Amino acid sequence: MWPLIKLIPQKTHFGFVAFARLAATLSIVAVLATVVGFFYPGLNLGIEFKGGTVLELNTGTKPVDLGKVREVLNGLKLGDVQVQTFGKPNDALVRFQTPAGANSGQVVTQVKGAVTQALGQVTFSRTDVVGPEVSDELKIKGVGALLAAIGLMLLYIWFRFELQFGLGAVVALFHDVTLSFGLILLLRLEFSLNLVAALLTIIGYSMNDTVVVFDRLRENRRKYKRMPLRELIDLSVNETLSRTVITGLTALLALSGLAVFGGESLRPLSIVLLFGIVIGTYSSIYVASPIILLWGVKADDEPAKPIAPQPARP
Amino acid sequence: MLALSRWKIVLVLVSALFGLVFTLPNLVPAGALPAWAPQQRLHLGLDLQGGSFLLLEVDTTALRKERLTNLTEDVRTKLQAEQMDFGGLGVSGDTIDVRISDPTRVDAALKLLNNSLGERLLTGGRDVTVETKPDQHIRVSFVSQAANAASADAVTRSIEIIRKRIDALGTKEPMITQQGANRIVVQAPGESDPEKLKSVIGKTAKLTFEMVDGDVSAEDVAAGRIPPDDLLLPSDDGFAPTYVVKKRSVVTGEMLTSASGSHDENNAAAVAFSFNAVGTQRFGQVTAQNIGKPFAIVLDGRVISAPRINSAITGGSGIITGRFTEESAHDLALLLKTGALPAPLNVVQQNTVGAELGADAVKAGTISIVIGSALIFAFIILSYGLFGVFAAIALVVNMLMIVGAMSLTQATLTLPGIAGIVLTLAVAVDANVLIYERMRDEVRAGRPAMSAADAGFSRALTTIIDANVTTLVAAVIMFQFGSGPVKGFALTLFIGVITSVFTAVLITQVLIGWWFRAFRAKALPII
Repeated sequence: MWPLIKLIPQKTHFGFVAFARLAATLSIVAVLATVVGFFYPGLNLGIEFKGGTVLELNTGTKPVDLGKVREVLNGLKLGDVQVQTFGKPNDALVRFQTPAGANSGQVVTQVKGAVTQALGQVTFSRTDVVGPEVSDELKIKGVGALLAAIGLMLLYIWFRFELQFGLGAVVALFHDVTLSFGLILLLRLEFSLNLVAALLTIIGYSMNDTVVVFDRLRENRRKYKRMPLRELIDLSVNETLSRTVITGLTALLALSGLAVFGGESLRPLSIVLLFGIVIGTYSSIYVASPIILLWGVKADDEPAKPIAPQPARP
Repeated sequence: MLALSRWKIVLVLVSALFGLVFTLPNLVPAGALPAWAPQQRLHLGLDLQGGSFLLLEVDTTALRKERLTNLTEDVRTKLQAEQMDFGGLGVSGDTIDVRISDPTRVDAALKLLNNSLGERLLTGGRDVTVETKPDQHIRVSFVSQAANAASADAVTRSIEIIRKRIDALGTKEPMITQQGANRIVVQAPGESDPEKLKSVIGKTAKLTFEMVDGDVSAEDVAAGRIPPDDLLLPSDDGFAPTYVVKKRSVVTGEMLTSASGSHDENNAAAVAFSFNAVGTQRFGQVTAQNIGKPFAIVLDGRVISAPRINSAITGGSGIITGRFTEESAHDLALLLKTGALPAPLNVVQQNTVGAELGADAVKAGTISIVIGSALIFAFIILSYGLFGVFAAIALVVNMLMIVGAMSLTQATLTLPGIAGIVLTLAVAVDANVLIYERMRDEVRAGRPAMSAADAGFSRALTTIIDANVTTLVAAVIMFQFGSGPVKGFALTLFIGVITSVFTAVLITQVLIGWWFRAFRAKALPII
């Protein structure tokens, strides 16, 4: 029985392409739902992207009097104040927007003073302040980085394979990034710089997975010149299946350790990465490859079936 | 590929040794290693060791405004000195406008201003342009090149002053760097109070001594009748809410040679100071002429006290009293000693993490790396048996190389960077999985074990490289885009991808080659 790899059949013959239509429907529905989610309820932007302040405070042994903190902050006329406990009852998280025109640095000093006066013994274990000048820049840079990453991947695949492969890969990337946003929306995760990093990593991983399938597809196309594209795709996905499963599981195992033990601040990052691994694997099989199938039909200007079965030679 | 050439074995041993030697300082207590061994530990980011990151913006708009105001006063005094009548002197946008009353003297005024205003430029000419406009108007403005140079100079000088102030606070290993045209990054590790840091760095600390204009009554102030060469300033001295002072300063902070925390005759906290020669002479003169009148000590546009001159002060030293605490007097002395910032500084971003929180993050990160690697080891060995053990050995060397390389180059390890390491481990395993699966394919295609193993390596290589280039591209973009912590993530990912391809391909190759030779194996253990 050991090693376990012996349990995986040498050859699998799953008809992946047969489910492509169903998968496409699911993907399209999920993508549309995400697009709707962007407008309502919308992304829960972190202070890096909308400006503002987050304070993490600790009141030693006694629990934080949240009501008192709220009362003090409301007295200071700040925008959009949120106060909540964080992990333990004696830890609290305070968020607020700096009023327009005020100096965010000075406002924080003022808030800390007021909170300390109200609660007595307080230590501020974290202070994050982002001014509007910076958050606007980060927003532009974040979107730019995501687009640049996808663009460069397209160029790389185009260069290493063919254009239709590149397009298939890029559609898959958009799919993965969109659905990751979908997860972020669904779980109401705060969209922070860390999550941009997670999305970029997902782009890298999804691409990695797609490349492995494409690589095999290219090789098989040379090997079996007459095999229809549909069957070639099935063959290639089946041949790389054990690798896909093992690598995917390894990544999931490693990241689940991070999600469970990595602490509060790494949790959103690891959750999004975990999801990205799953969705990246799915998209290599069900988004990137079928796009090639569609494109292939059009490019060769052939009817329903990409390549008609060859009649047996006499 | 499985033929064990000597250079391959040497390369593997050297890289493993490299990783071990440079990782070791992180595993043993400081000072435990002999002096010749590398001592550098991982450089932890502020989010892991605790500390403050401040992004400051030099307010160049305020600087420009101030320069224009000073230039306006210059125009006033120059014209007054030559007894030329004028009207409508003021700043509009980036220029100063004045109307000369006597049409015959416009040319003389132009010549006068042209020759005396501003400073000479290195490239020849002066840093201001003076030109006539219709209806006896003269317009004065700064050459744009000079304005830019002034901003750049302000940023450079601000960095110097910030460094002096932080050093005076006793902060350990601060990093102060310029970012872009007018931003300054301050990174101060350790448990220092960020609010204190901000107040010390961000205070302009522009000190001036000005004469109070006793001719302006409270009614004049209430009606807004302030003479053009006077200024209405808010006050913190606790006696009057505002003071009207002469715009021309008697002495300024630049003329101070020293300042220190002190006490007045009532034992209240105060700041003692002394002037340089110019300051001593000026202050002596003015106090001699104005005995019995009050003067104002102004800090950053607010009056801190307004004492009456009892006698001429010719010694060039004195004390500033005001509503000080011991600490605030001490801080003010520090600021006065290091000099005023050339322009106001705004904090546009701040990230402070307490040392305790940082330590917690390190603990959580270490635990997740250990658990993550344990899970990977277990899974890969369960999956591939002996070859899985080989892959696990490669993974250990990979870890050593990442930590070694980061310790050697002192690249910053951040909290997301730890996530990067965990992810790298998974990616590293992928290369081995690709190779092993390829071997199984080759066996299936009918090759004998040895040649299948060989083909596994050579054929999987292009796939491995293609697949990893994509991650490298993502890492490079992240590095360009990110700030602090995200840059750390990108960096570990980048280093990790390179070392992982190296270890996964080369080390397992040497191990499998050795295994074939030692056991004369006829079948692969993964079929």
